[in-house]
Amino acid sequence: MIAFKLPSLGADMDEGKLLEWKIKPGDRVKRGDVVAVVDTTKAAVEVEIWEEGTVHELIVEPGEKIPVGTVMALLLAPGETAQTAVRPQLAPAFPAGAAAPSARRRISPAARKHAEALGVNLDSVEGTGPGGAVTLEDVEKVSRHPSAPGQAAEEIPHRNLEIRRAIGAAMSRSKREIPHYYLSETIPMLRASEWLARENDRRPLPERLLMAVLLLKASALACKAVPEMNGHYRDGAFRPSAAVHLGVAISLRRGGLVAPAIHDAAERPLADLMKGLSDLVKRARAGSLKSSEMSDPTITVSNLGDTGVEATFAIIYPPQVAIVGFGRIAPRPWVDGDALVARPTVVATLSADHRASDGHRGALFLAEINRLLQAPEAL
Amino acid sequence: MSEAEIRAAVIGVLRSIAPEMEEEAIAPDRPLRDQIDLDSMDWLNVIVALHERLNVEIPESDYARLTTLDAVVAYIGARRPA
Repeated sequence: MIAFKLPSLGADMDEGKLLEWKIKPGDRVKRGDVVAVVDTTKAAVEVEIWEEGTVHELIVEPGEKIPVGTVMALLLAPGETAQTAVRPQLAPAFPAGAAAPSARRRISPAARKHAEALGVNLDSVEGTGPGGAVTLEDVEKVSRHPSAPGQAAEEIPHRNLEIRRAIGAAMSRSKREIPHYYLSETIPMLRASEWLARENDRRPLPERLLMAVLLLKASALACKAVPEMNGHYRDGAFRPSAAVHLGVAISLRRGGLVAPAIHDAAERPLADLMKGLSDLVKRARAGSLKSSEMSDPTITVSNLGDTGVEATFAIIYPPQVAIVGFGRIAPRPWVDGDALVARPTVVATLSADHRASDGHRGALFLAEINRLLQAPEAL
Repeated sequence: MSEAEIRAAVIGVLRSIAPEMEEEAIAPDRPLRDQIDLDSMDWLNVIVALHERLNVEIPESDYARLTTLDAVVAYIGARRPA
């Protein structure tokens, strides 16, 4: 029997609320099917399944809030029947007695339920149970004192608070665990700008490309040349990824940001990448991303320069090991031979994980992005 | 199409991209993209929507002229087939 668990939806999403099942007992599912919609702090995520089988039992009810790793449903593998299948043990996400990861708080299920019913924000409840666990009593204590910080916090739009907390937790973890190093390089953009202007001149309006797409493609291709930037750091070791699933930082209009992946970005032609980016931005803002897009990125690009900054020094999104930042493309003083000229340039930065690479390799990575951007027609 | 109609159509397009936008809060003679926080993808979507709804051709080399709400309305007024 297959236990279908809530997959990780990124470092800053450690729980989700089931909004809706897209399957019912008896349904056959195949790899990549969307089986459920789960609400996270940032977006409603369409959760995909990566196994084949027949739905046997739905365990989690819509409306339930569950941590990542919770068994949500049981499925019969091909060839199994309800009689022959062995029912797996529905172990809790974290084994009893084991210390919960530091980013998570231990909250008794009864306390969680009670807090939700009373509208008490659990983040503001001090835990007095074993190991600082939040107990039913702790929740009641807070709910009896309406002036407690938990109640005041409820008046601020709850979702924004949650987003800030989730991002804060993930970024604190990143800064605490990842030994970042930072590099920057000013890249001349005359050739890329001229090429793009010519290209867009001949393209009908809806098919025009954004410069962002060239920057994304160059970053993805550079990962092929310097693979230490592309992959995940897990269980004490860097695990490079053969595919480049490029995370793209997208700001949400109501506040916060997400960085879902464009899959196989190094292999896709620019026009296709543009379609992918446009679709991803649209869905990120509408709050309908897929679970694989949330959990897959192998490296992220932040194109903050689009809104005007000179350069951006980004924080790595764990378990990734690198993030590339691009500043504003604008004319700047540039030395050409022995002349000083005005040229469009961009400041590209790299924040990378010292556990996976050294500055030397990082420098090669930025140099490769530079080289690729000087031959835009080949991207 | 009168200038007021063009302006209303432009506002409609902007609202479709930035739903939280408040029309009264837009200063028509100040840079538009900063005021309603449009990145380059949003801006491209605005231009595509203007092209589709108002039937104007907007070459990329003209983007730089479309700075303020007034400038966009004037540009479209001048480019629309009479």
